[in-house]
Amino acid sequence: MPNIDILQIVVFIAVLLLLVKPLGSYMARVFEGKPCGLDRVLGPLERLIYRLAGVKADGEMSWQRYAVALLSFSLAGFAALYLLMRLQKFLPGNPAGLDNVAPDLSFNTAVSFLTNTNWQAYAGETTMKYATQMLGLTVQNFLSAATGIAVAVALVRGFTRRTSQTIGNFWVDLTRTTLYVLLPLALVIAVILMSQGVVQTVGPYAHTTLVQATQDGDGKAVTEQTIALGPVASQEAIKELGTNGGGFFNTNSAHPFENPTPLSNFLEILAILLIPASLCYMFGKMVGDTRQGWAILTAMMVLFVALLAVCAWAEQQGTPQMAALGVDQKASVTQPGGNMEGKEVRFGIAGSVLFATATTGTSCGAVNSMHDSFTPLGGLVPMWLMQLGEVVFGGVGSGLYGMLIFAIVAVFIAGLMVGRTPEYLGKKIEIFEMKMASLVVLVPVLLVLIGTAVAVVTTAGQAGANNPGAHGFSEILYAYSSTANNNGSAFAGINCNTPFYNITTALVMLCGRFLFKIPVLAIAGALAARKLTPVSPGTLRTHGPLFVILLVSVVLVVGALSFIPALALGPIAEHLMMIGH
Amino acid sequence: MVTLESHHKAQRLMDWTILGPAIVNSFRKLDPRQQWKNPVMFVVLVGAALTTVLFVHALFGHGEAATSFILGVSLWLWFTALFANFAEAVAEGRGRAQAESLRKAQREVVAKVLSEPHHGARFLPVPAPLVRRGDAVLVEAGDFIPADGEVIEGAASVDESAVTGESAPVIRESGGDRNSVTGGTRVLSDWLVVRVTAKPGETFLDRMIAMVEGAKRQKTPNEIALNILLAALTIIFLVVCVTLLPYSLYSVAQAHQGTPVTITVLVALLVCLAPTTIGALLSAIGIAGMNRLSQANVVAMSGRAVEAAGDVDVLLLDKTGTITLGNRQATEFIPAQGVTVEQLADAAQLASLADETPEGRSIVVLAKKKYNLREREIEKLHAKFVPFSAQTRMSGVDLNGQSIRKGATDAIEGFVSSHGGRLPETVRSAVQLIAKDGGTPLVVADGAKVLGVIHLKDIVKGGIKERFADLRRIGITTVMITGDNPMTAAAIAAEAGVDDFLAEATPEAKLRLIREYQAKGHLVAMTGDGTNDAPALAQADVAVAMNTGTQAAKEAGNMVDLDSSPTKLLEIVQIGKQTLMTRGALTTFSIANDVAKYFAIIPAAFASTYPSLGALNIMRLATPNSAVLSAVIFNAIIIVFLIPLALKGVEYRPAPATQLLRKNLVIYGLGGLAVPFIGIKLIDLLLVALHMV
Repeated sequence: MPNIDILQIVVFIAVLLLLVKPLGSYMARVFEGKPCGLDRVLGPLERLIYRLAGVKADGEMSWQRYAVALLSFSLAGFAALYLLMRLQKFLPGNPAGLDNVAPDLSFNTAVSFLTNTNWQAYAGETTMKYATQMLGLTVQNFLSAATGIAVAVALVRGFTRRTSQTIGNFWVDLTRTTLYVLLPLALVIAVILMSQGVVQTVGPYAHTTLVQATQDGDGKAVTEQTIALGPVASQEAIKELGTNGGGFFNTNSAHPFENPTPLSNFLEILAILLIPASLCYMFGKMVGDTRQGWAILTAMMVLFVALLAVCAWAEQQGTPQMAALGVDQKASVTQPGGNMEGKEVRFGIAGSVLFATATTGTSCGAVNSMHDSFTPLGGLVPMWLMQLGEVVFGGVGSGLYGMLIFAIVAVFIAGLMVGRTPEYLGKKIEIFEMKMASLVVLVPVLLVLIGTAVAVVTTAGQAGANNPGAHGFSEILYAYSSTANNNGSAFAGINCNTPFYNITTALVMLCGRFLFKIPVLAIAGALAARKLTPVSPGTLRTHGPLFVILLVSVVLVVGALSFIPALALGPIAEHLMMIGH
Repeated sequence: MVTLESHHKAQRLMDWTILGPAIVNSFRKLDPRQQWKNPVMFVVLVGAALTTVLFVHALFGHGEAATSFILGVSLWLWFTALFANFAEAVAEGRGRAQAESLRKAQREVVAKVLSEPHHGARFLPVPAPLVRRGDAVLVEAGDFIPADGEVIEGAASVDESAVTGESAPVIRESGGDRNSVTGGTRVLSDWLVVRVTAKPGETFLDRMIAMVEGAKRQKTPNEIALNILLAALTIIFLVVCVTLLPYSLYSVAQAHQGTPVTITVLVALLVCLAPTTIGALLSAIGIAGMNRLSQANVVAMSGRAVEAAGDVDVLLLDKTGTITLGNRQATEFIPAQGVTVEQLADAAQLASLADETPEGRSIVVLAKKKYNLREREIEKLHAKFVPFSAQTRMSGVDLNGQSIRKGATDAIEGFVSSHGGRLPETVRSAVQLIAKDGGTPLVVADGAKVLGVIHLKDIVKGGIKERFADLRRIGITTVMITGDNPMTAAAIAAEAGVDDFLAEATPEAKLRLIREYQAKGHLVAMTGDGTNDAPALAQADVAVAMNTGTQAAKEAGNMVDLDSSPTKLLEIVQIGKQTLMTRGALTTFSIANDVAKYFAIIPAAFASTYPSLGALNIMRLATPNSAVLSAVIFNAIIIVFLIPLALKGVEYRPAPATQLLRKNLVIYGLGGLAVPFIGIKLIDLLLVALHMV
């Protein structure tokens, strides 16, 4: 890989690490209810919202009430979004004159945005009118992200509180996340993106005469092109920031109006990882030991860098088949080299693999290159990152709580080896916590494996794969890995806007989101009720390198043991065949 | 006379009297109703049954694979289930051997139930099982005590070897802290009137038998939590294997070559992946932990207490007997002005000649050793011994008109002033110096004249300081409990190296201290014997009652130490930790093993569809069938190899948590990764050499 590409990655990681501490401390202040600066400006608005909604800002909730509030809020969001799509023809703000969205697609899309997955079985520019995109999808982008962060904050409170029956107030957490964290950051990023050329308009699609006329599929002459426009920058910012991933356009961040320059690309990747990484610091800050936060962050970073390296190496290698055809795959001053199929020239290998790793390690799912066109190993990396349970930074909130659950499992196994019943941050891990943690580990794995199995044995499922052989299997496996883990990126080769895929993936997304969140809240409630065991030399240290190694191993081992057989029949077989075994 | 040899020496691991019945029991335990309790092993049983059906199918020519291959896999799956049962049966067998000898103590005893609860009342012979709680029984020399109870009248020497294994008889008497008797023990001399305190079937001996047999063993919370995790892993692997069939069918259709994976191979894969190693050994580890405890002569009333012992981070230790030798010893004579040290030593020795207390003996010995003063016989001196009494708080001799006394400072001060003397300032300051140093000053006076001070010192046990340092390193705080004044206590605490002390301890103060620690989240362990210890014992998380203690103390504690050794607590903590560590180590080992098994089975399972997957066969196993069979065989025999480890427990040395974790992760984590690669390869070579595949 050329030095400039390596430099780009190193600079990226350095900038990210520099931002983690300030943003993490800021978020800790926001969620501890301390003055954070912005409250002087937005405080009155916050209080107004509570007054209008009838929320008591200091009304603490048990985990059960917290979960009920979260579920009812999600249900309301789902209903609103579904109706907005089903009735878009009759509602104002539709310059492109688009029809109502089909019921199965509406269901799938509503679930998808509600669950922070943003799996897109539709092409935005030809399916959704501006009002649907802005009022429906962009709003859900904020709220589903805020819901994720709220759950993470509730879990952190489980660790900080002692013998407490409550874990905070869902409505307050939701409001504060949106108002103090997501909106200001989104505003800043949207403005910078606009400076790079991302469009932001509510005007109609542009029409232009082609310089050179061409023919369509039926042989008719085509002289005019319709260029889709829209309020893109505002959706783009929160798409990344909230690890949502739902693009305004079908080609997502590969589209020049969504992601025009290498700088916008850098910024978008940064926006994807910013909040998930900073939440680790916030966690450390809130539990009163920032080393704990750094340990979690280090574990995520180790996994990220290792898998990024594999992906970058595989893509830079290119394929022997292309080499046999006499294609020059060496990097040089004039070309990035490697496997450039499905990648944008302006991003090159580094800009593409960094984006691919960031978007699948988190539950973002935005793409700036076609993962389907990656080499088998290069494509295995994004797929496996999702299968690991979206904990390599992970979704906003969901990454932190996912990783903390893995930490609980790691502490449980290893904690026994120091001769004490396991504890994490002074909280004993007992039967109830283990039940819930097992559920959290179990659910996404089962959804991926069973979803894929159903698809490969049914005709409707088999019809979706566009490629034969191992690669077709990878496409289906990727679809369910993406939806079960609420990522939303697609392997692109799959045709998923069919009733079969719309319904099965929607169900998988729903289970993947809520069968994960509710056990996490239950753990938060159980931990909050426990006493704090004081630290002694006999306590397992959860901030040293040893713990980081342990945590990384547990994530890798669970991911590997669950998915190696499936991966063997997909990308691994494909890779071995490609290199001529 | 029944004695329990097995109590005292660790049982040998391989003993045919245990192994024989264990083999029989491992077949008996195949009962699905029993296997159901252990989800991991239940899966193995179902797999074994399923492959047997496939084998029968194959016999009739409908085989999905070679008949011999299906038979091989099936047999080894049965072995896996049997080996797991065997591990549990061996662990139980070891307990049962102990229980057998205990049960012999529960012989047919006829109790003499008194009509009135005092000696001399009429009695009726009643079979022991029919004796009720509250009955008063007479036990005479040669009689067995019919049930647990309290002595309400009389004193007798009792042989308790049936329970404790200790052959020296002990004294049991009414009143005080030595009034508790255990059913099954035998009165050797004199008689006792005992009020029965336990219902038939709930006596100490009954509980002990139930405990060592593991019959009533309930899973501890940590064991249940681990079982949940193992069950979750098993479910994941079950789904991995079940979904592999459609994946394989799809892949075969897409690749247009090969045959779908067989059910036999999928079952083999499932059993190899499921955490069978820890699943098979989990209950053996728990039973073995209890066994180790009973070998240390401690009876735990619940497995929960054993586990809590591993978590304990505050130990309350009685000073006397645990930290210091039972008694103080004279170490120095400090004469008053105008008195030579020899004069003082001589007077002190005279005053102590008839004093049989250990302190008194030590004064005589010190005078003899240091000043060469021979011991004289008090009768020949025509001296009159004045024994210690609670009123005078002095002892001494009267001879030739001299009245030599030794005693506490204020007592002697009173004595000399009654003779017209007074306590010199030099002596007073010497007294203060000794007290400050943690010693006990004994002032010696002759009539009105104060001769000087004897320095009595608590002797801290050898090696105890290092032991406390070990405990500190593993995060355990030691607190010394003593009735001494704070100054003395502080000095001894510093010398012994304990972290804290409670001076002038009353039962209420002890209870308060335990509650304070618990409120801060600590888990507290203590030992106790007296009735006044009972509230504190009931409050402590791990409470060890001495067997010599009162019935109330034994009821309040959750363990009973048959040796009544004050340092036993340290051993109990170690056993608790070891049990947890063994569980963690074998879980890690079991999960780490799976990596190698994938490398063996995945290429074998899909080689026909995607021959290029053969590249994953890094062990170069001979054929797909030999690969699968080798993995299954390895998975079965590793259980047998690990049985000794499960029973003995992993090696434990006190060390900080990080050090322990690093060591165990290397041994059981990395070891768990590497061992199966070697093992499976060796088995494969052997199978090929024997032409078994």
